[in-house]
Amino acid sequence: MSEAPLIELEGITKTFGEGAAAFQALKGVNLTIDRGDFVAVMGPSGSGKSTTMNILGCLDTPTSGRFRFRGVEVQDLSRDQRSLLRRRYLGFVFQGFNLLARTSALENVELPLLYRGESKKRRKEAAERSLDLVGLLPWADHTPAELSGGQQQRVAIARALVTDPDVLLADEPTGNLDTERSLEIMQLLTDLNKTGITILMVTHEEEMAHFAKTIVHFRDGLVERVERGLKAGAFATSGEHV
Amino acid sequence: MLGMIGATFLLALREIRRHLLRSFLTTLGIIIGVAAVITMVTLGQGLTADVQEEVSGLGSDVFIVFPQQSDPNIAPAPFDDADIRAVENQIAGVEGTAGSVSTNATAFHNGQDWATSVEGADSEFFATQSIDVIEGRGFNQEEEARGESVCIVGPKIVEEIFVADEVIGEQMRVGNVSCQVVGVIDERANSVGGGDANDVIFMPLKTVQRRFIGNADNVQFFIVKYDPAYETAVIQQQLIDLLRERRVIQDGEDNDFNIVDTAEINETVNTITGTMTLVVTVIAAISLLVGGIGIMNIMLVSVTERTREIGIRLAIGALAREVRLQFLTEAVVLCCFGGLIGILLALGLSVLLAGAIDLPFIFNPTVNILSFVFSAVMGIVFGYYPAHRASRLDPIDALRHE
Repeated sequence: MSEAPLIELEGITKTFGEGAAAFQALKGVNLTIDRGDFVAVMGPSGSGKSTTMNILGCLDTPTSGRFRFRGVEVQDLSRDQRSLLRRRYLGFVFQGFNLLARTSALENVELPLLYRGESKKRRKEAAERSLDLVGLLPWADHTPAELSGGQQQRVAIARALVTDPDVLLADEPTGNLDTERSLEIMQLLTDLNKTGITILMVTHEEEMAHFAKTIVHFRDGLVERVERGLKAGAFATSGEHV
Repeated sequence: MLGMIGATFLLALREIRRHLLRSFLTTLGIIIGVAAVITMVTLGQGLTADVQEEVSGLGSDVFIVFPQQSDPNIAPAPFDDADIRAVENQIAGVEGTAGSVSTNATAFHNGQDWATSVEGADSEFFATQSIDVIEGRGFNQEEEARGESVCIVGPKIVEEIFVADEVIGEQMRVGNVSCQVVGVIDERANSVGGGDANDVIFMPLKTVQRRFIGNADNVQFFIVKYDPAYETAVIQQQLIDLLRERRVIQDGEDNDFNIVDTAEINETVNTITGTMTLVVTVIAAISLLVGGIGIMNIMLVSVTERTREIGIRLAIGALAREVRLQFLTEAVVLCCFGGLIGILLALGLSVLLAGAIDLPFIFNPTVNILSFVFSAVMGIVFGYYPAHRASRLDPIDALRHE
């Protein structure tokens, strides 16, 4: 479509609290992400990676700086406008899965469509297609409590995908999973990325970061280093890591 | 939007079912408030209808005039036929008058006897009192003018002394007077004199005056039927003035008679039930207020419990107003259930109580519908703040909430 990058961060700062208790989490982050990229965000805790992800996910606004998403100046948008942006273009996968308890997998996946005003029939069809994509259609009627951690995260991914988002944001998607399940999830994300979805993922596990095409290293509220052009999906690919 | 409301409604039902006991206890205030108001209004209406029916037994648009002294030791002078004629001839708006006397006597027939009351009343009296002769006939003018020994009996008399015999045309003895039965009246709820309105023997006024009382002119009370197109108060004042003049009552002296307006009795009953309804409404309002605070409290608890869920909904793109709608719907549905249970409870209570105190049960759709609507409005009023709070949550904080 357009030549402009999908995401542009320019001099993003974020300060929490005020006065003496103020804490500057981001000190001027510059970053561009192109459409179709698979980005792993890494860094020690407190380095600002989660804050950046919240801003990228339009959940939070920067204290200063510019964040352009699809050419839209997100920092100028209202709360509800950012909600509309999220429901239209973004899909979220959280470390804690964050599924609605006592609610079937199918209904969890249908949820974003509900807020888009889709009909009951369309919701069900799309949710089933999405569950099928992550291989969980047979578990559609199960509640989160009846599913394993890996399965729950697949439901969460299905929920994120059901609206055909441009960008999938995953915050430590494998944080609560064992290695085998983690690799399955990463493979799923890689496959999705191949269909054209841009993926932004926070992880502290190098093993998982190696699935990405781009790795962004954070340190002390700044982008320390960006590795681009990595061979995505190659488990054994090596690079110079921190 | 419609699908959204439908889905929100189902979600609300599910949440209420999930905490069934809690939901029930929360709505108890509304249940009690609604049940109290509806029961009271229903019983009040039953009472009003009951009294109206009794009053209509006294005739509508009539005054009942009888001698009455403010000092009970002085016997007031009785009214006589001349008084009644004067009222009928001199006051505009008076449609008819009818005097009556009554006494007690024992009736005998075919070996049976029965102590009852004998009332002297002409056909005019029957008309103003809406007394229907269902068997035989009423008195004719000749019988009334000459004071003949004919009688019309109440159903109780038929039951007590005629048993299985033919009634019409039979001779019976009342006290020392032998009379022929010409008619039987329909059952009545009430009579002017009080007592059992069905346990009565009517004879022409003149007959009773002459043969039982021994005075040809006097009546114990008389009825004035007026045209409702006239101002009641004006007719009543004219009536008072005329009677004071005829009875030579000086200015400053009290009336030695009383005038009862049947419309006034209705009004008094309406005032009483109105006051009762008001008192119960105030109590119910307090109950509903407490109930509403309970709803607000439990909705705040619910919002806190479900902070994480709210976070998820906001993160995937729910608008503030959509989250607000969800919690508002839940509060409204909860209150509507309370209202519904209250209505059912009131229905049962009203039927039960109406039966126990012998009042008619009258279902009032307006008060039931209003109560239901009011319950829903309570849901909006008391659910708004918690819902608003839910909608203002920060998605990031909400997602971190344990």
